[in-house]
Amino acid sequence: MRMNGRFGRFGGCYVPEILVPALEQLEAAFLDAQEDPAFVAELNSLLANYAGRPTPLTRCRNLLGNIYLKREDLLHGGAHKTNQVLGQGLLAKRMGKTRLIAETGAGQHGVATAIVGALLGFDTVVYMGAEDVERQQLNVFRMQLMGARVIPVESGGRTLKDAINEALRDWSASFESTHYLLGTAAGPHPFPTVVREFQRIIGREARAQIIEQLGRLPDAVVACVGGGSNAIGLFADFVGDGDVNLIGVEAAGRGLDSDDHGATLLRGSRGILHGAETYVLQDSDGQVTDTWSVSAGLDYPAVGPEHAHLKDSGRAEYVGATDAEALAAFKALAENEGIICAFESAHALAHALKLAERQPESAILVGLSGRGDKDVAQAQGLLA
Amino acid sequence: MSRYAQMFQRLNGEGAFGAFLMLGDPDLETSATLLDAVVEGGADMIEVGIPFSDPVADGPVIQAAAHRALAAGVRVSDCLELIAGFRQRHPDVPVGILTYANIVVARTGFMRDAAEAGADSLLIADVPALEAERFTRDMEQAGIESVLIAAANTPDATLQRVGKLSKAYTYCVSRVGITGTHAGGEFDASLIQRVKASGAPPAVFGFGISTPEHVRAALDAGAKGVICGSAIVDLVSRRGNVAGFVQSLKAVTRNDSGAE
Repeated sequence: MRMNGRFGRFGGCYVPEILVPALEQLEAAFLDAQEDPAFVAELNSLLANYAGRPTPLTRCRNLLGNIYLKREDLLHGGAHKTNQVLGQGLLAKRMGKTRLIAETGAGQHGVATAIVGALLGFDTVVYMGAEDVERQQLNVFRMQLMGARVIPVESGGRTLKDAINEALRDWSASFESTHYLLGTAAGPHPFPTVVREFQRIIGREARAQIIEQLGRLPDAVVACVGGGSNAIGLFADFVGDGDVNLIGVEAAGRGLDSDDHGATLLRGSRGILHGAETYVLQDSDGQVTDTWSVSAGLDYPAVGPEHAHLKDSGRAEYVGATDAEALAAFKALAENEGIICAFESAHALAHALKLAERQPESAILVGLSGRGDKDVAQAQGLLA
Repeated sequence: MSRYAQMFQRLNGEGAFGAFLMLGDPDLETSATLLDAVVEGGADMIEVGIPFSDPVADGPVIQAAAHRALAAGVRVSDCLELIAGFRQRHPDVPVGILTYANIVVARTGFMRDAAEAGADSLLIADVPALEAERFTRDMEQAGIESVLIAAANTPDATLQRVGKLSKAYTYCVSRVGITGTHAGGEFDASLIQRVKASGAPPAVFGFGISTPEHVRAALDAGAKGVICGSAIVDLVSRRGNVAGFVQSLKAVTRNDSGAE
């Protein structure tokens, strides 16, 4: 490896020996591509002319306080996921791979991978927990419509964590022809770095936009954290701005003191899962425990290693929002601003609303990571 | 001299047969009986899995065994007790632990406890040579030998590192993939040559061994031994005759002695 792949004591490359050469190849392709003007130009062109960047920064007109929304919900595909699948898709081409595999929870990353598979001409296979396949039929059909094959995973708890296990198993046998298009800023080196760099554009645009609109930096930047890709993408260009509070919002589910949450940084402990040393929700033996959140995208028992480092170094703060708080924020945004956001993003907004109540003058930048179409049916059941 | 070194010396060129079992599968009592059964069948060394909830290097057969054990409530301390019991009954048979990094780091003093229970080696499936040093340092201090993996796609520079960091034997993987999913019988002699040239410990083939023909082919490729995992674990799940099966595979190593 050319980089050390660590964020403080977190990160690393904890995979079976057989996968190390594939990760070395990915790191080399990524580093070379960053220096290649043709690669950068092609990616920028896709981001602008295919995906619809830059996305707007919207100041809320009616919600309390001074809240700005970075509108990744308006990106093609309906969420920030599209930014990095385009980047990794081009890397896969560069490495001469012909097949993409991916894991997905609710299906957003699976849909994004299917998009890039169709666009760039890959044979695409998406692993999805059997439980999630049953719950997210519409996204399964979206993926199939774009030519991807969806494989239900029956092992373990039949959700996202098990889909990642299965994708890693596939990759152990297929890496010569196949790129594993990991969906978040977690996993073994170089994925956390690759995904952050391809998501960095969220914060880069938002920082310039808020300076233009407000004339200064925001007081706080707030994003939801499951694996942590939209948060790390939003935070990355603000890390050097010492006066800006960076706040990650985890899924507190049915309460942080219940067993039903996905608050890895708040309630987990140090461990090694899916290739990285990070925080993990686990029992005292190191067995990984089941998680819960109303939003499937935050329902994950580990977290990107850079967030673990930002937490331990004190540069970012991590808090929780419960299912109920997220739902209330989801409803408030729809009623007051005419925007239906993803349940994941509603967690970030829920915390921003708490901040706005305490400090109405503060300028708060919220990562609106995705739109809520996928959650509308569930919301109908929960809010009726 | 370590139990592995003594075993290789005692075998004097005859191939070593290693049997893998998942500790606590299907329950603690049966598991203890099975450990004895594989020795009765002629296993020269045993490899034991400590079950982990997310075994990414394992195929369906060994995953299912881990889940059976965890569903039966098996804890890491139970596994260490099974090893300690085995060690009392079989003072000379080398015992290697196969598990995952999170199990090792979750328990303060894992290496020491494993050594005290009587384990001889530790292979951590998701710790490649690149990340191995902090673990092998602890192993050395605790008196437990490190086992690392050499795969067909492992470059020579990494094999050199395997040679420096590992002790008991080198777990060789001929083909890509996960446990229990190989078309058996294809063993890469050039990998064995590269392992020898790198100064790594004795080469033992670990994936794709389920018939006497596989054992013969692996030894013919130059390996010092073989480890049979998924085929035995599959037999356990079907309540088959484990001792008899081990006996049929071990017999090949006797006939094949002197493959060097």
